[in-house]
Amino acid sequence: MNEVGKSLPKIDGVGLAMGRPAYADDLAPREALVVKALRSPHAFARIRSIETAAAEAIPGVACVLTWQDVPRVAVTRAGQGHPEPSPRDRFILDEFVRHIGDEVAVVAADSLQTAQLALDALVVDYEVLEPVLDFEQAEGHASVLHPEPEAHENFPIGFEPQRNIASAYEMHVGDVDQVVAESEVVLRRTYYTQAQQHVALEPMACATWLDLHDRLNVISSTQTPWHVRRIMARALDIPVSGIRVNKPRIGGGFGGKQMIHGELLCGLVTLRTGKAAKMVYSRREVFSATNTRHPMRMDITLAAHRDGRLRAIDMRALSDTGAYGEHALTVFMVAGAKTLPLYNKVEAVRFGGKTVYTNHPPGGAFRGYGAIQGNFALESALAELAVELDLDPVELRRVNMIAEGETSPIFAIMGEGTEGVAQTIDSCKLPECIDRGMELIGWADKYPRREVAPGRVRGVGMALAMQGSGIPGIDMAAATLKLNDFGSFNLLIGATDLGTGSDTILAQIAAETLGVSTDLIKVYSSDTDRTPFDTGAYASSTTYVSGHAVRKAAEKMRAALTAEGAAMLGCDPGQAVFDGAEVRGPDGSISLEDLSTRLLYNQNQKQLCTTGSHLCEQSPPPYMAAFAEVEVDTGTGKVDLVDYVAVVDCGQAINPNLARVQVEGGLVQGIGMALTEDVRYGKRGRLQTGDMMTYKIPGRQDVPRITVELVESHEPSGPFGAKSVGEIGIDTPPAAIANAVFNAVGVRVRDLPLTPEKVLMALRGDRDA
Amino acid sequence: MTITFELNGKTTTWEIDPVETLLHALRRHGLTGVKEGCDTASCGVCTVLLDGKPVPSCAVPAGRVDGHAVLTVEGVPAKARAIGEALADEGADQCGYCAPGLVMSLVAMEKELDQPDDREIASYLAGNMCRCSGYASQTRAIRKYLGGES
Ligand code: FES
Ligand code: FES
Repeated sequence: MNEVGKSLPKIDGVGLAMGRPAYADDLAPREALVVKALRSPHAFARIRSIETAAAEAIPGVACVLTWQDVPRVAVTRAGQGHPEPSPRDRFILDEFVRHIGDEVAVVAADSLQTAQLALDALVVDYEVLEPVLDFEQAEGHASVLHPEPEAHENFPIGFEPQRNIASAYEMHVGDVDQVVAESEVVLRRTYYTQAQQHVALEPMACATWLDLHDRLNVISSTQTPWHVRRIMARALDIPVSGIRVNKPRIGGGFGGKQMIHGELLCGLVTLRTGKAAKMVYSRREVFSATNTRHPMRMDITLAAHRDGRLRAIDMRALSDTGAYGEHALTVFMVAGAKTLPLYNKVEAVRFGGKTVYTNHPPGGAFRGYGAIQGNFALESALAELAVELDLDPVELRRVNMIAEGETSPIFAIMGEGTEGVAQTIDSCKLPECIDRGMELIGWADKYPRREVAPGRVRGVGMALAMQGSGIPGIDMAAATLKLNDFGSFNLLIGATDLGTGSDTILAQIAAETLGVSTDLIKVYSSDTDRTPFDTGAYASSTTYVSGHAVRKAAEKMRAALTAEGAAMLGCDPGQAVFDGAEVRGPDGSISLEDLSTRLLYNQNQKQLCTTGSHLCEQSPPPYMAAFAEVEVDTGTGKVDLVDYVAVVDCGQAINPNLARVQVEGGLVQGIGMALTEDVRYGKRGRLQTGDMMTYKIPGRQDVPRITVELVESHEPSGPFGAKSVGEIGIDTPPAAIANAVFNAVGVRVRDLPLTPEKVLMALRGDRDA
Repeated sequence: MTITFELNGKTTTWEIDPVETLLHALRRHGLTGVKEGCDTASCGVCTVLLDGKPVPSCAVPAGRVDGHAVLTVEGVPAKARAIGEALADEGADQCGYCAPGLVMSLVAMEKELDQPDDREIASYLAGNMCRCSGYASQTRAIRKYLGGES
């Protein structure tokens, strides 16, 4: 292979570093009205009235819109396929506001300052309602978040709004209760994971305008242009064909930009005023009025033989979707679906529970997507079981983990919101990942602990993880290759590069298939008018699904070039070969440069254009073994991460540098979740961590030594043997670090993050005991 | 109010709103290489050099640069290209949103520190957050960039 497997530089990197205009707000029309939302100061309230006259009278204010001015169509802003597995429980603006920061009204003005003045001039009379703030008390609470008759599920997801239930799910294989009753060892534990913020450094931004055909044009920092188009059409009550959505460069997504944010309000302003408009979120708005990771409680029961063979896993979860049910069911299901198959040798397995509404900002998609929540519970519980059985935690995993050639019944039972697809694991290098990881961290010397100074103890811990590669039966991607004169190609793809480098990786796949060098492939992506379809960049799908679409388009192009070359050479297509540089026949050859130029100008003129599309048929999991070394200060409870080793099986890496950095970036986001990142609310539902000073993401000096290695692996169903790598990096740090802290100082923290206060309290409790 | 200052080497006079930040004034005048990320001087994507020193332009009132010199990423295209290439060679350029701010801090660091080690680099660049890369690849790239220059 010439182009695949090479660490080529990302095609947009230099331009971005030079500050070329590339992101939504850079490209918004200069004359665009500034759109700002008035945000609710109450966690739950009904709007009795809004006085808009004073705001409207301010010079420079173009329009003020309240819930009475917008179409009343229930939508979900989840940004998923059609029909969505999330409840349609939202309107562009509504009579009820359901969390502090929820949208009350919207203004558009000629400047930010004027828009701010207009917001200040709005007078709202609220009927304040009793909020639901504790997700463990939400079900059946006297306050009902979604009493409105229009809210509905698109297909059965267990939606029971009268009881504050957004979704519910149950599955089982075998008789868990019986196996647990018969087992020699049973461990029951409860774990909590917190809300986490994505903190993509670019806040959500979009701009809208009407073009000369009166079509609504949208540029948006979105991961899902096609879903944005479809949902905007529904909410604004205009045809899909009347909207064009384009994703420019975006400044990080991590799932946060799968959901729809300002597009509906901004689009409405443009439709009402006829003018260009833009809506750029402030960081405070990103924190209080977009989405977080769903907080969860996980009650887990493990049943095992004395020798460590697992017999049953029972996982019950309760998930908090906040004010709206975005990704309520699917994140919940992934907590089981992308963790439980790791230990496929059990006699019985059960998973289920509910996702409830509360008056907090909504949950949503976030890298890891339930798997990180499930992983923290399962991998912590396994470590606890190892202690109970007096076994090495690594050995306990080795005995129970899935292996190549095996399957799990869960693959067929659990999909994302629907049934799954049966699959056999064709690539799983977990044994190699574990061996190499142990070597890199020095497990044999360091497990479980050593005191490095008085009051400072180091310990090591580990966790395994799996993820998926796309959503089988649902994710579809397409790609078109167009031949240009002098032998270059345009690659038009629906796929959305979030900064992950997918434009580069997909160009490499096209180049490899054609046999040309990657710099001949000119990529244009993510435009609902000008590129073919793609469901979007989520669920770790781009390399695996969009990669196949590109490969198919390139194979067709290769065949077309061979046939056209043969025609020019006067031979049979079967006698000709295209090697990337030229088409060769029995009696001569023609270069790609000549062939492509002649085809447009001189001989047998035509445009060569080929399209491939690919439906994801299975979802081979990437795997990881991760090892953390921590140093705990027993006087303060502070946990310092010293070393983190992650060894990954992501199949063949199309671009090893970019794959590695995906893992490194994911790890650091997971480390943040494990140690510092914590969305906190006050008593009345007010966000206490509404800026980057109070919500602490890891900085340059907080990150320890991180070692990432990719093991050799080949996934037969993937393009050139590739699996996904975008999400798996985030999954392991919470459990691996919690396990390392336990091994260091013998205290078990079961709710994230592992703050010094919690560790210290546990240490004191331990000493007292 | 009117301010006159040196912007990327050229004397410039702007009409600005007395409450606006340098960040907003720069972006409003088309210097969109300067990014906005947090509004609380916490992320570093808005970094520019004010009289040669890196500052978060979101925390500087535009009025304060009257009579001073401001350098943005648009004013250092050759450096930005070289640093961008170093980042790209390591796959450290992910979404790229933090890159122009990082470039500006590096331009200042090169002047201030002589052969810094990793710890000094991390400390100098502490204000330049990155949510995508996890920093390790940036460190690799910066090391190579500095090594290649000396
Ligand atoms: S926008 Fe200025 S430091 Fe974040
Ligand atoms: S590359 Fe995205 S924030 Fe640094």
